[in-house]
Parts: sequence; C-alpha cells; structure tokens
Amino acid sequence: MAAEGASANGTTPGERHAIGISFGNSNSSIAYTTNEDKAEVIANEDGDRQIPSILSYVDGEEYNGQQAKQQLIRNSKNTVAYFRDFLGQNFKSIDPTHCHASAHPKEHDGTIAFIIQDKEEGGPSVVTISEVATRQLKRLAQSASDFTGKQVNSAVITVPTNFSEKQKAALTKAANDAGLEVLQLISEPIASLLAYDARLEAKVADKIVVVADLGGTRSDVAVIASRGGMYTILATAHDYEYAGVQLDKVLQDHFAKEFIKWNTTDPRENARSLAKLKLEAEATKKALSIGTNANFSVESLAEGIDFASTINRLRYETIARKVFDGFNRLIEGVVKKAGLDVLEIDEVILSGGTSHTPKIASNMSAIFPPTTTILAPSTTPTAINPAELQARGAALQASLIQEYEKEDIEQSTHPAVTTVKHLTNAIGVMTITGDSDKGLFTPIIAAETAVPARRTIHIATPKEGGDVLIKIVEGGSHIKVSKPEPKTKTNGEKSKGEDGSDDSDEDDSDDGPEDVREKVWKVGNVLAEAAIKGVKKGGKIEVMINVAGDLAVTVTCREVGGKGGVRGNLAAP
Amino acid sequence: MATHTQVNLPLPVLPETWSGEKDFKAIGKLSAATQRSIEPVGPHFLAHARRARHKRTFSEDDRIQAQENVKKVEDDDSGEISEPEDPMMLSRDAKDWKSQDHYAVLGLSKYRYKATEEQIKRAHRKKVLRHHPDKKAAAGSTEDDSFFKCIQKATEILLDPVKRRQFDSVDEHADLEPPTKKQLKEGKYYKLWSNVFKSEGRFSRVQPVPKFGDEKSNKEDVDTFYNFFYNFDSWRSFEYQDEDVPDDNENRDQKRHMERKNNNARKKKKTEDSARLRRLVDDAMAGDERIKRFRQEANASKNKKRLDKEAAEKKALDDAKAAKEAEAKAAKEAEEKAKAEREQGKKAKEAAKAAVKKNRRVLKGSVKDANYFVSGVAPASVIDAVLNDVELVQGKIDADETAALAGKLNGLKIADEIKGVWSSEVKRLVSAGKIKDSDVKGLA
Repeated sequence: MAAEGASANGTTPGERHAIGISFGNSNSSIAYTTNEDKAEVIANEDGDRQIPSILSYVDGEEYNGQQAKQQLIRNSKNTVAYFRDFLGQNFKSIDPTHCHASAHPKEHDGTIAFIIQDKEEGGPSVVTISEVATRQLKRLAQSASDFTGKQVNSAVITVPTNFSEKQKAALTKAANDAGLEVLQLISEPIASLLAYDARLEAKVADKIVVVADLGGTRSDVAVIASRGGMYTILATAHDYEYAGVQLDKVLQDHFAKEFIKWNTTDPRENARSLAKLKLEAEATKKALSIGTNANFSVESLAEGIDFASTINRLRYETIARKVFDGFNRLIEGVVKKAGLDVLEIDEVILSGGTSHTPKIASNMSAIFPPTTTILAPSTTPTAINPAELQARGAALQASLIQEYEKEDIEQSTHPAVTTVKHLTNAIGVMTITGDSDKGLFTPIIAAETAVPARRTIHIATPKEGGDVLIKIVEGGSHIKVSKPEPKTKTNGEKSKGEDGSDDSDEDDSDDGPEDVREKVWKVGNVLAEAAIKGVKKGGKIEVMINVAGDLAVTVTCREVGGKGGVRGNLAAP
Repeated sequence: MATHTQVNLPLPVLPETWSGEKDFKAIGKLSAATQRSIEPVGPHFLAHARRARHKRTFSEDDRIQAQENVKKVEDDDSGEISEPEDPMMLSRDAKDWKSQDHYAVLGLSKYRYKATEEQIKRAHRKKVLRHHPDKKAAAGSTEDDSFFKCIQKATEILLDPVKRRQFDSVDEHADLEPPTKKQLKEGKYYKLWSNVFKSEGRFSRVQPVPKFGDEKSNKEDVDTFYNFFYNFDSWRSFEYQDEDVPDDNENRDQKRHMERKNNNARKKKKTEDSARLRRLVDDAMAGDERIKRFRQEANASKNKKRLDKEAAEKKALDDAKAAKEAEAKAAKEAEEKAKAEREQGKKAKEAAKAAVKKNRRVLKGSVKDANYFVSGVAPASVIDAVLNDVELVQGKIDADETAALAGKLNGLKIADEIKGVWSSEVKRLVSAGKIKDSDVKGLA
C-alpha cells in the first residue's frame, strides 16, 4: 500500500490529507474540515456518525460499526469490542469486564490478544490488540477516504489525559500500520474545548472550563484554564464505575424484572437474551434523551417470548439516580481537586455520548451557579452534538498543523515550549465603585495564565476627567459565605405562598435559608502605581500589561486616543 | 488581541500628594509562579510556540505577522498588469484570434500555463477596465473595440479548461528551444536542459514530473527521469491548429471529410511531436556526463571483478611456475650431485684401477726381481709359467689383497723373501679354496 510507505517516512505537508479521529472504547468518530475551515463529522457507509468500535468476523468477512454490534448477539465469540484501553497495556493491568459478552482478551507474548475466527478456512487465529486497533483505524480511514474522495494519509487522534507514553506509542504504531501518519495526539477534553472555541461566534476569553467526557465505559473530567486561547489542564479525574453502560444496566434490570413478572425466566441468565436486552436498553436510553417516553421491545427475548414495554423519562431518572449522583460527585470532586470553587467555573462542556441525557445537564445547572454556561444539548440549544466534539476538535487541530513539517510539529510540542510559568495570582487595577471611595479590584490578567502574556483593558475615568491614579495590584479570589439578610416583607409573603403549595418539598422546609456564597477579590501585593494627568471628560484609559517569560512586567498606560502615556517596568523576581 | 475588555467602573482620582518619576512608581514584584504544562493545541498555542521558538515578544510577533500578511497581498497583486502592452498587439484584429497570444493579451505572458484561474479572472478585469470601448469613447478617441474583443476572446479561451489546454498545447511562446552545442560548450548543461524539460513536463498527464537534476544526482533519479520521458504520457493535442473548421451550413459529407482531414492532421502532428520529444531526450542523454559516469562506474566495478580474476589466475600460474622451477632446480642439483658422486666414484675406481695396475706391476716386478725364482738367466718357459701364476693369483685376489700383497712385496729384493711372500699368499689362497695348489706350481 502506497500510503503505508508514506506514513513510515512521514508525509510532506503538500501531499497530506488529514482528518481528526476520536477513537473511543465504545464508539469512534471521524471528522474533516471543509473549505470554510469548519469541522464536519463524517458518516460511515451505514450512515453512522458514531461508529461503534467493534469488529466482527463472519465467514472471514470483516464487519465494523453498527453491523458488528449486531453480531454481539449471534457471534459474540468472533466479535471484538471495548478494546481501545487495552492498547499498550499488559494483561495484568487491564479490566476485561466489558469484554465479557464479546471475544475475551488473552495474554499472548507479553501483550494482549483475542482469539477469533477471522478467516474463512483454518482454525481461529491470534490477533494482537495492536492488530485489532490497526484494523479499526483502517476502517475509519477508509470511510473518511470514501467520503472525501481523497486517500486519507494522516490524522490527529484524541487520547484520554491519563494515556501513558507507552499507550500513546502503541496507538501511534497501530495508526502507522493502518497507513496513517499521526500528526499529533491531543487530549480528549482539549479537543472538545477547541471544537467550541473554534466556532465563529466564540470569543477569545479568559475562562475556567470543566470538560466532562461521559462515555460508554468510562468518564473523564478535566478542569481547564483557558487563557486567551491557551489551555492548561488544572486537574483531571477518571472514573470507570459511572458511565453509559451503568445507565444501560439500570434499564436492563428494570425491564428484566418486568419480564420476570409475566414470565418465569430471567433473561439475564442467558447470554444471548442478555445481549439482546443490552442492545435494546441502549436504544431506549438514547430515545429517552430525546423524547419523554420510549419503547422497549425485543422479539424473542427469552424462550421465544416477545417482550414490549414503555418507560417514561421521569421513571428512568428515578431508577438511575444513583448513577447520576455518581456523575455529580465526580465533577464536584475534580473542581475541588483543582483547588477551585464551583463559583469560579465559567463553563461546563459536556462531551461524550452519555452527555445527551438531559438529567445530567440539569444536574450540572443545579451544581454550578447560574452564571456558569452549561454546554449540553438539553440546556443550550446551540450546543454542538457532544458525541462529535472530540472528532471535530481533532479535525480542527489537523487542519491547523497539517501544513507544518513533521519536525516543526515535534519542536513545537516539545516540553521546552509547552512547559511555562503560570501566574499564581491575578493582576489587576484598582477601581472605585460608584460612590464609595473603597477600592475594588478589577482583574486584567487572570490567575493561571501562562506567561509570556499580554492583556489590555479600557477603564473609565471619573465623569469630570482630570488626573487619575492607576494602581496595579495582585489579587486573589476567595469565596465569601454569608447568611442572607432577613427577607423583606413582600418576599416573605411570597415564599410563604410557595411553601404552602409545595409542602412535600423537603429541601426547602428543612434547610431554612441557604448560605449565600459569592466570589470576591482579595487585594494582594501592590505592584506599581502610575498617573495619567489631564484626562478629557469622559475619556478612557488603556492599560496594557505585558508579563514576560521570566515574570518581568511591563505596564503601559495611556489615554485612549491620546498621545504619549506612561510606561514602566518591573524587574523579574 | 484585537478586542479589549471594557471596564465601566472609574479609576480613582490622583491624590495631590502623589508623585513619581515620569509618573510611574514601581513598588512590588510578582509573586512566584507555578510551572504548568500548556496543551499544544489550538491556534493560540501555535502563536505561542512561534513566539517561543523564535524568541519574539508580542509586539515583534505582531509586526512580523502583519508584514507577512501584507507581503502576501502584494505578491498576489503585483505582476499581472505591470507588463507593457505592445502597440502592435493593441491594433490586432479580433478576427484572427487563432494567431493571437492570449496570455500576452491579458498581460500574463510571464505566467503562461502556470497562470491560475484566479489570476486570469483578475487580469481580465484589469484589462477590461482599461480597454472598455465606452471608456475609449469617453476619452474622445474612435470607437474602436477590436482589442476589447481580443481580450474577451482570450478570456473565453483561457477560462475554458478544454480550450485552454488546446491553446496551451500549441503555445509556442512557452516552448524552450533545446540548447545548441555552442551553448552547451559554455558549461551550463544541466541548467539549460533542466529548463527545457521543465517546459516539456507541462504536457505530462502524470504530475509531478521528475526533475532533470544536476551533476550530483544519483543513478536512480537519473534513471527515473529518462524512463519518465521515454514513456511520456502527453495530453498535448493539435485541434487548435486545424486548418478548416466545419461550418454548420455545409453538408454532412463535406463536414465528415473535413473532420477526417483534421483528425489525420492532428494525428500526424501528435506523432511528430512524440518523435521530437524522443529526439530531444536522445540528445540530452547523449551529452549527459552522468550517464557516462554511471557507465564507467558500472564498468569499473565489472572490470574490477575481471582484473581480480586475472590477477588471481596470474598468481596461480606464477606459483605453479615457481614450484616447477624449484622442482627442476632440485632435480638438477640432485643430478649434479649424483654426477659428481659418479665422477668421484669413477676417479676412485680409476685410482683403484691404477693402484691395482701399479700393484700388479709390483707383483710382476717382484717376480722379475726374484728372477723368476731361478738363478741365472731364466728360461722363457719359466718366466711364462711364473707370470701365468702371478696373473692367476692376481685374478683371484681383489684390489685390497693385491695392495696388501704389493705392500708386502714392495722393497723386497731378495728372491727368497719374495718367494716366501708369494708362497704364503698362494697358501692362503689355496686354504681359502680359491685356487688349487697344482695350478700355481711356479709360486709355491
């Protein structure tokens, strides 16, 4: 294959045709960038944008995606599923739970392999995990090539943040064997964030983002400081207990019990019945993310008995509450791990297929303050399909770097370039609120900003103009907890009325008035003072702070539209 | 960053007591920073990496990026219209568009087949702006729109991919004449031929076309190049040069006749073109020093083998010869030695013979000295008898015994003593059984 030769040597920028690949345990997706630099997810030949990462072999023929998933019922022994996390691992450190209903992983020559009948003739063959991954990636690349009409020869692939170097190397090798040059491996949460930040309407801002990637078999959450379009991961958490399959499990159990009510057999005891139950439970779960009611019907579920039932969303949310609570704890935990408070989170991005579930998004709205944007389909109409985020992010990154030489990419991603100092405190300027003389801290550069950094703000001056003082200070944020002031009469009456109607609501009646938590700035070190004299009436002051790589600071202040201005330096500490 | 955060809270008024040098007072320093790893993703990171790797500050980077952007625009803009317009061309008649150089009309003669569609469109627009008949009329000159028609025709052809290919096929302005021998003598062989093949390469259906290379190119590249041009797949066609274009008004037979004629002409030209290219490649190859060098190198390696073999053979031959010589020498030496030995033996023999003769003479002399054992003159018969006996004894004894006997007899003058010696000798011989007593009466 010509592409294989090319990938070994590294393709030159001119002949590259790159896509973004999100290669997941349960599903994979592929995306490309259109001529307008917009990322689009590619549907495979079956029309799926979420391609199940499953390979199945029937009479020597390979099936992939949804077709292979159907084989889990009849041909589970020759079907390989949930294998992504096994890449680059040894047999001791893998969790084979999810593979119970498909081909079982075996130890082979220090690596992991599956014993499957993948040829028409002869006995079953040993297929190593690397080979399985290569076959899967080959299918993905083929689908992308068919769609775009050009041979895809390079890709940006997303990986979880806790992927070890060995796993990354194994994935790169598998991709190379599949004829793909790996331009870069990028973290999954960053890819999701990039997909949102690349939208035309998105503005470059300083914000703290929680990216919750809720997948089929695992949930990964990361807290990311996004500073002027540069991303720093502050904390991550990984969970294998609360994920999409647990939600399926809840529905499986629910319907199995219902089946037992009418029939004596338990469909969970028969492997084939269980597989059918599982597939339909997943479909029902997806239906419940869209509608408030969903059907569950399986022909010949067990002992030839057909089964049909319905479930509404409320019921589903009740029975799955334990799992939803697990997601909440996970996300709250990682925010704490980053040393932050929920009030400091500006954005929550829900990514991964499980994020379609409306309850998870509404739970997020409850945890985070109203100022936090929850980017999920059920809370934000303009949200991008959470299952497509990673592939889109990867495709965008691919389009950004595919013109660079391989060497350039390697040099730019070198730790010497990526490891930089981050500010511990915010830098800001003191302003005054309306009438009080007390100073108020106004941040210019946020904490956790990578240096070198440069920010500019425009600040208003007193109405009459004149001479103003610019005091540059460091500031730290902390959370102020205060009891709410006694309610005014009208408010009290109103709340009484509410209480009366909602007597059963325990939360309100027991806890009493909740503490009010707010984020306040604490003024720290004074860094510099500058004076601008003779400001015009209604004029504005532009303050530009430039922090160099060695933490030396340059402050430039001038009146907007005016000449000259004040410039001063602070030496590096 | 283009946008600035706007803050509506006002700044405090400067206290009157405040003073600072140049209105600025540095007070503190930043608190220590934490080292963290930024994710190498996104356009802003790329900008960061660019600054970090080239050690640029923000403002420097802004300036350089701005300059680069500006340059791009300039590059795009420049060139197309800057070509001077040939007055001869301006007075062309649009009717003989076949002989017109469409690229020159649009001012794209330095781009030619390389001109992009975008460039053609832009050039067309610029030319139209300048040569529109209405503009000319407004300027007061005659209402002459012939050049405008030329422009329209050129654009029509160049923007139609099929027609453009037909025109490019016969665009002799883009052709490069192969270098003459005189030019080649000046040395720029690779540069000259390289340009020729670059221009020929534009007709290739297979792109990119391998490069001619220079004197340092390796054998593989050179082989690839020549193979490519010997198996050249050309899209060049010659419809543009058709002599008669069938007219709708003519009858079917006439049209068919013309088509056939045209087709034949095209085919002929195409064959001629292929032959021309082949000759071109032949010429280039004939003068190619690299081919010669490769052949020499190949020969050298082949010769090396042969020479090695010959050397080995020669060595074997020499060895054999040396061995033979050594053998011959040894043989000769042995022979000489043998001969010497033989000669020595002969001498010894002769000496022995001489000694025997001498001894015999002594023996005979002894009997003569003893006067044949008789007194007085010995009668002949006695002499004979005694001499016979002496001879008999001599015949029976060997050289050593003869010598011993001669030794005994030598110096003896007295007949009796001689006789005694003889008789003892005879006795010894008789006792040894060599002679009979009766045979040697004379000596007993």
